[in-house]
Amino acid sequence: MNFSAYFHRWGSPKYFHTYATRLSPWLAGFSVVLLGVGMIWGLAFSPSDYQQGDSFRIIYIHVPAASLGMSIYVLMAVASVIAWVWKIKLSDMVAQSCAPLGAVFTVIALITGAIWGKPTWGTWWEWDARLTSMLILLFLYLGIIALRSAIEQREVAAKAAGVLALVGLVNLPIIKYSVDWWKTLHQSSTFKLLEKPAMPPEMWLPLLVTMAGFYCLFAWLLLRYTTNEILEREAKSQWLQDRY
Amino acid sequence: MAFSSWTDFVSMGGHGVYVWSAYGVTFLLLLACVWVGQRRAKKLIQRIKKIAERKTYASRS
Repeated sequence: MNFSAYFHRWGSPKYFHTYATRLSPWLAGFSVVLLGVGMIWGLAFSPSDYQQGDSFRIIYIHVPAASLGMSIYVLMAVASVIAWVWKIKLSDMVAQSCAPLGAVFTVIALITGAIWGKPTWGTWWEWDARLTSMLILLFLYLGIIALRSAIEQREVAAKAAGVLALVGLVNLPIIKYSVDWWKTLHQSSTFKLLEKPAMPPEMWLPLLVTMAGFYCLFAWLLLRYTTNEILEREAKSQWLQDRY
Repeated sequence: MAFSSWTDFVSMGGHGVYVWSAYGVTFLLLLACVWVGQRRAKKLIQRIKKIAERKTYASRS
């Protein structure tokens, strides 16, 4: 099968519905197990930090949520472009589903960051580069959600949201490198490509596990939300009615 | 185990309030996402069933 045929098959709501339904229970199972193991490991078994004490255990939810907040944004922008250029409706459904989920993970990153900041920095909030650019990410998500709900014509809404998503991509390298470019309270990345983490494995291994758990959970949620869009937009299709 | 007792585990050297509230908020928000998705699916499936029913009635009469 050539690439273009493969691409188009995945763009079909019917095909997506079939595989999303089959894949969902696995993803749900994996996320429960990975999150359970990772969180218990991180909360009870990993050693406490010599500077931050036990408050550092917030890392096991804060870092995955922040990472997802950014990854989901990229996925949303890419899906918008695909929907726009190739007129693939399913891709627009994915982009639409990404927005609220990305917003929630960004909120989790901001809240857990604030809670972590209080005992560590002595403040809930500081208008520094990392925190401010992360807040802008949240506003971008909210703007995209608002834009979609404000425009009734679906294709126009998709285009407008896509343009905003593309423009907002500028913010991502700013978030990523803010801790290196500016003086900031925020510590630098735990994981770097090609570099050993500055933590011992007893500390970063559980982080790897919760990270995988968060990504599985997001994948599951994305399938659920996108399938919901199919259920709404294709409600009159015979193939869908035959399945329920 | 990094803690010697349950009380130690809960208090986390005075940081318990922060750690547990961070985990609690995260858990609630994630649960809300799951719940919203499941509830919407249920409603949409009911709607599809109704549309299909109406179709069969229309074809019979």
